Amino acid sequence: MAYTENEVLAGLAEIVAEETGLPADTVTSEKSFTDDLDIDSLSMMTIVTHAEDKFGVTIPDDDVKNLATVGDAVSFITNAQA
Amino acid sequence: MTTPRDVVVTGLGATTPLGGDVASTWRAALAGESGARTFDNDWSVKYGIPVEFGATIKVAPDEVLPRPEIKRMDPSTQYAMIAAREAWADAGSPEVDGDRLGTVVSSGIGGIWTTLDAWDTLREKGARRVLPMTVPMLMPNSATAFVSLELGARAGAHALVSACASGAEAIGYGLEMIRSGRADIVVCGGTEATIHPMPIAAFAASRTLSLRNDDPAGASRPYDTARDGFVIGEGSGIVVLEAAEHAAARGARVYAKIAGVGLTADGYHITSPEPTGDGQRRAMAAALAESGVTAKEVVHVNAHATSTVVGDLIEARSIRGVLGDDADHVALSATKSMTGHLLGGAGALETIFTVLAVHDRQAPPTINVSDPDPELVLDLVRDTPRALPEGDIAAINNSFGFGGHNVALVVTNA
Repeated sequence: MAYTENEVLAGLAEIVAEETGLPADTVTSEKSFTDDLDIDSLSMMTIVTHAEDKFGVTIPDDDVKNLATVGDAVSFITNAQA
Repeated sequence: MTTPRDVVVTGLGATTPLGGDVASTWRAALAGESGARTFDNDWSVKYGIPVEFGATIKVAPDEVLPRPEIKRMDPSTQYAMIAAREAWADAGSPEVDGDRLGTVVSSGIGGIWTTLDAWDTLREKGARRVLPMTVPMLMPNSATAFVSLELGARAGAHALVSACASGAEAIGYGLEMIRSGRADIVVCGGTEATIHPMPIAAFAASRTLSLRNDDPAGASRPYDTARDGFVIGEGSGIVVLEAAEHAAARGARVYAKIAGVGLTADGYHITSPEPTGDGQRRAMAAALAESGVTAKEVVHVNAHATSTVVGDLIEARSIRGVLGDDADHVALSATKSMTGHLLGGAGALETIFTVLAVHDRQAPPTINVSDPDPELVLDLVRDTPRALPEGDIAAINNSFGFGGHNVALVVTNA
């Protein structure tokens, strides 16, 4: 069963919160991973690994660099679900 | 010839089987408490591990560190970070140019939880699930690197590895960094987090662990005739070493002086200490010579004494060999009787004990010695602390490791 966009956002926010220590409710769609959430490339790959595990998707490295905001990642994951 | 720089201890930090900081650890040690307890797990049943207890950390790191740090650091680094923060605050969080600040934080084994967890993940879920932080978490320099990042220490971040002598060797190297002029302050010590079924099975396989499952608190009994091996422990000890003139200029509180270090190797056997104790004697003699301390001034030794049948007595004879008749007035303490063996953390925690013994003029006790080995040729402090004399005094902390590593540190009153 596929996750809805809201479910992906909530799940991703939890993963980001675990990694950064930020409250999950501050991880909103318009936030930039690098500029707003201060996430470096190593943390980004950690988040991707956890997200792939949680949502059962694959996020190729070439696509990761296009995920500027939380919303970008939510869209990608939602669409990537089988 | 110029006089070498005096190096003093201005900060202490620890998280151990006896307590989550130095004060609680020292208090428990003086009270003769044991940090050994039965494991709260099924490893014995599940894997057939013959050892069912150890000296586990008293305060879990997730009670102290924020969640993202727990996720980004191996337990060995978590312990070191907790101890380093305490030590740094205890030193008064000195303002120092980062180029003059170093770190030397060692581990005997490194990030083994991370290593084995990642291997489990790889086998169970495949390569894409192995976390990107795995390498920076498992590398043996991880603790020193994280402490260096935390403090902005740029004079050098080192991690000398010599098994169970690692923590003491780190402090010895910190001393040399300051003496050589590379740094004014060095945050140094050791850490270990190996209470995982694989290393316990491996230590048990080498027949070095106590099997006293029915009495964990009584299992670590250095110099007792019924000793049957060491008790695995975990935790970290960190000290802030500082050039004496630097400490004086900022009006820092000084615990004691690290007056000298001696480092030798047995070149004999990969695990067994050389039977005559020649390497141990040479390490102690070198440390005393560097310190300018005579045998007469040595009033206390914190022994490596892990509670193994062979090792304890070799060390006792080595101490007697170096100090001669002056060994008669040495109060010998074997604090692993209480803390268990912190492996790479041991030499650092025992340096803290030695520093506090000199500072407080009080040698900590050795517990569980109901029937002292008749071959023990030294005066063991048993059950309750013993007062050390007034005036100028010196103490030795010995640490030895698998591989034939011998480290002796000499501590004197400030």
